[in-house]
Amino acid sequence: MPSFLPYLYHTLFPPTVRYPDILLIDFGLIMAGIGLLGFMTKTRRWGWLWREWLTTVDHKKIAVMYLIAAIVMLFRGGIDAEMLRAQLALPTTKFMPAAQYDEVFTTHGTIMIFFMAMPFIFALFNAVVPLMIGARDVAFPRINAMSYWLFAFGAILFNISFVIGGSPNAGWTAYPPYTGLAFNPGPGENYYFLALIIAGMGTTMTGVNFLVTTVRMRAPGMTLMRMPMFVWSTMITSALILFAFPPLTVALAMSLFDRLFGSSFFTLTRGGMPMMYVNLFWLFGHPEVYILVIPLFGVFSEVVSTFSKKQLFGYPVMVVSMLAIMFLSYGTWVHHFFTMGAGPAVNAFFGLSTMLIAIPTGVKIFNWIFTMWGGRIQLTVAMLYQLAFIPTFVIGGASGVMLAVVPADYQFHNSYFLIAHFHNVIIGGTLFGLLSGLYYWWPKMFGMKLNERQGKVAFWLFFIGFWITFTPQYLLGLKGMTRRLYTYPIGMGWHELNVISTFGALIMGAAFVALVYNIVWSLLYGEKDLTGDPWNGRTLEWALPSPVPEYNFARIPVVHERDAWWAMKQRGQSLADLKPEDVRDVEMPRNTPIPFLLGASFFVVGFGMTFKFWPIAIMGFVGVILCILFSGFDYEDHHHLKADVIRSTEASLGRLQG
Amino acid sequence: MLFGRFRKPYRALVLAAIAVGLLSTGCGQQYVVLHPVGPVGEKELHLMELAALAMAIVIVIVFTLYFYAVIRFRDTPGNRAPYRPDWHTNKWLEVLWWVLPAALLTVIAIPTVQVTFELAHVPKAKDPVVIDVTSLTWKWLFEYPGQHIATVNYLEIPTNVPVLFELTADSPMNTLWIPQLGGMEYTMPNRVLPLWLQANKTGVYWGDSAQYSGVGFEKMFFKVKAVPMKDFDAWASQVHTTSTPMTLAVYHKLLRHDTMGKALYSRYPRDTFPTIASGFTLTGSGMYMTMNGQKGRIVYMPMSRSN
Repeated sequence: MPSFLPYLYHTLFPPTVRYPDILLIDFGLIMAGIGLLGFMTKTRRWGWLWREWLTTVDHKKIAVMYLIAAIVMLFRGGIDAEMLRAQLALPTTKFMPAAQYDEVFTTHGTIMIFFMAMPFIFALFNAVVPLMIGARDVAFPRINAMSYWLFAFGAILFNISFVIGGSPNAGWTAYPPYTGLAFNPGPGENYYFLALIIAGMGTTMTGVNFLVTTVRMRAPGMTLMRMPMFVWSTMITSALILFAFPPLTVALAMSLFDRLFGSSFFTLTRGGMPMMYVNLFWLFGHPEVYILVIPLFGVFSEVVSTFSKKQLFGYPVMVVSMLAIMFLSYGTWVHHFFTMGAGPAVNAFFGLSTMLIAIPTGVKIFNWIFTMWGGRIQLTVAMLYQLAFIPTFVIGGASGVMLAVVPADYQFHNSYFLIAHFHNVIIGGTLFGLLSGLYYWWPKMFGMKLNERQGKVAFWLFFIGFWITFTPQYLLGLKGMTRRLYTYPIGMGWHELNVISTFGALIMGAAFVALVYNIVWSLLYGEKDLTGDPWNGRTLEWALPSPVPEYNFARIPVVHERDAWWAMKQRGQSLADLKPEDVRDVEMPRNTPIPFLLGASFFVVGFGMTFKFWPIAIMGFVGVILCILFSGFDYEDHHHLKADVIRSTEASLGRLQG
Repeated sequence: MLFGRFRKPYRALVLAAIAVGLLSTGCGQQYVVLHPVGPVGEKELHLMELAALAMAIVIVIVFTLYFYAVIRFRDTPGNRAPYRPDWHTNKWLEVLWWVLPAALLTVIAIPTVQVTFELAHVPKAKDPVVIDVTSLTWKWLFEYPGQHIATVNYLEIPTNVPVLFELTADSPMNTLWIPQLGGMEYTMPNRVLPLWLQANKTGVYWGDSAQYSGVGFEKMFFKVKAVPMKDFDAWASQVHTTSTPMTLAVYHKLLRHDTMGKALYSRYPRDTFPTIASGFTLTGSGMYMTMNGQKGRIVYMPMSRSN
């Protein structure tokens, strides 16, 4: 079929993916791929990769896979950001074509939120939540692996768009009718909708999983009010995910139907209602920003209390404020579009609800400060990120309140003031929190510390780079610069500030390089954590050796108070006083290839639907159904870990008596 | 002793440098949002200032406590600050920091609600000039139903009179933003949204779209010329007599996905602007709607009768 091949070539490789820089990246990817294949084959790692990683259901290994994905995506999103800043540094430049610029800001936003921040958060959930509550795994280990592979294949589907077919280009919010076929005929937006639907299914399942885990799997004695704050934040985030993701999935699916099957939910013609999409999107989108930050409130609560060597101040108030944020966050979504003519009563209501949500958030800030008050503050890297977070987040929150003032928002909407605000809270809150958690729990995940000196270099570069990048953007907003502008005329007075901002972005790029160097160096030469409790921690995960054995706890601990491990240490107890007769056989989940295959099948579905290659999509669907059926009738989903194995493992760690 | 480092003489110097920096840049005319020329922009600016002030109070309080805590309670040998590892609650302090932000936010919230309602209505004292705005793919079409003229990418408005923009789109969404006159509003297909602005000073200002709508969207900048009423009338009648009319064919040409410069038309086809808003635009009661066959006449319509 010679006539078929040119068609295929033009569909898969249109001119938009044949820019010189993309061709260069193609070449690099192919070379790296061949190199990796060669390395894996030469060192005979394929079996190891399959048995130990691709089929694993162990929450600790899933955490590592989430973490790797998140850092790779941080790199991709960061490169996008550097490209954007390069384009914007000077007026009327053409660093790249306009069409490519539109793709780059779209992928930057989408990747940073859905494929960097979310998996990074899930990496922390998976790494420590079961350990903190004294459990051997999450409630549904197999679903946990499915969540990961759905996310991973969603991310892969989204990321191949820039080499095959063309990237989405409608912004991370993908407002219709611009996403309709009339304005956007390429496959890019199909990629966006399908990748987010697939990854979103994984996220929803993670929400279910961790909600059940935190509710049902806690060790005896760990009542709700004795849970570590990070576990509270996990529980609340999971509840948020559970109710926030369905509107997103609906909105994405309806947009996809408009594109693939000719419906007109949101189209320009035939009575489409684009504003309905906007409502659905932000009905998800506002809880989403709290999904992105509440887990880090949990991380900060752990970090500040550990490194101030002091109890968390006002624990009940922290819980109440987090619950208040959870409920209020469902009632503020219209503040993302005060300028869509919702009328004064609606706008005033949502302005007030937005201000209301600032109160519990402010309360938390005071509680963190008073946790340090009367403590002994150790300036480790994890604590430095916490200390950077407080002032940064307060300023970000203050600009958020300014945006909540409805008439002021008429001026700020879609301007660089808004851009500066949300980077201020997302980088200052989410990214600093993620890195704080990374440095804090790294020894627990990998058995060695990240080098503190190198970590401090990366921290200061991030912190200084952040402020140099985003302070000018607040001012640019006041000068009337709006978001997603490809370029701007001379004479608006925007270029000085843009140059400064780009300079700051370069510093943040250097910070990323320093971070990766720090990680690689520490993996090779880092100080081993032999005690399992390098920070003099307070919660149960520090009672275990680092890295944690497969079964986590040889004997499930009994909890009598908050900060259970701290209290045990005060009483001179530990979990290392195990007697041989304490150890019993343990039921553990069995590894399974189903989650990986399910993810791969969904990838095939997504790819087929993106290009409307229906036979491929149907093959994928068959794969999905087979995986689900097989999983449903697979009763051999666990195995017994013999007590002898556990005894010898514990003995080798020096934790067995007699 | 701990605060000695803040009393060094160069502190004043640093503060002065910051102040000069802010003043030299912060008061430039290019900070358009800070230099409104009409009542809408001014009200919005006043609220921004109020909110900024209240937030500055919060920031000062938090930063003071924060820096004090971080400096005083460092884990350094010989630190004589009290160490109270089990101090975890204080009822009055906790009540205080629920009440304090709540009080400050109330101060912002009350005028916010007032001004939100105020800006939703054109002042009744003067009849507004109506301009029907249609965002096209990547250009602005302005139709003056009272003057029977149309322009592309160029606005001329009278000073000291409210201007009521009726906004719709024959394109993806955009927002109409003229920062020095006041805040923005979306243009959406199948909707007509209202926005009123006013210039009290003659001059030339700029406007643009703040909502991304495709590759040519950064070309949607346009000039807004504010002139006294009688100059405006003269300009309108001159356009009406000397320019070419916009026919349907011309309108269809405008619908093409491209960018263009300024253009003036002596009249325009009637049905290029929707005669009634459809769908669930929440305009609320008492908002302005344009009725079929009554172009240019503003009618008060409660929401329940508008559809």
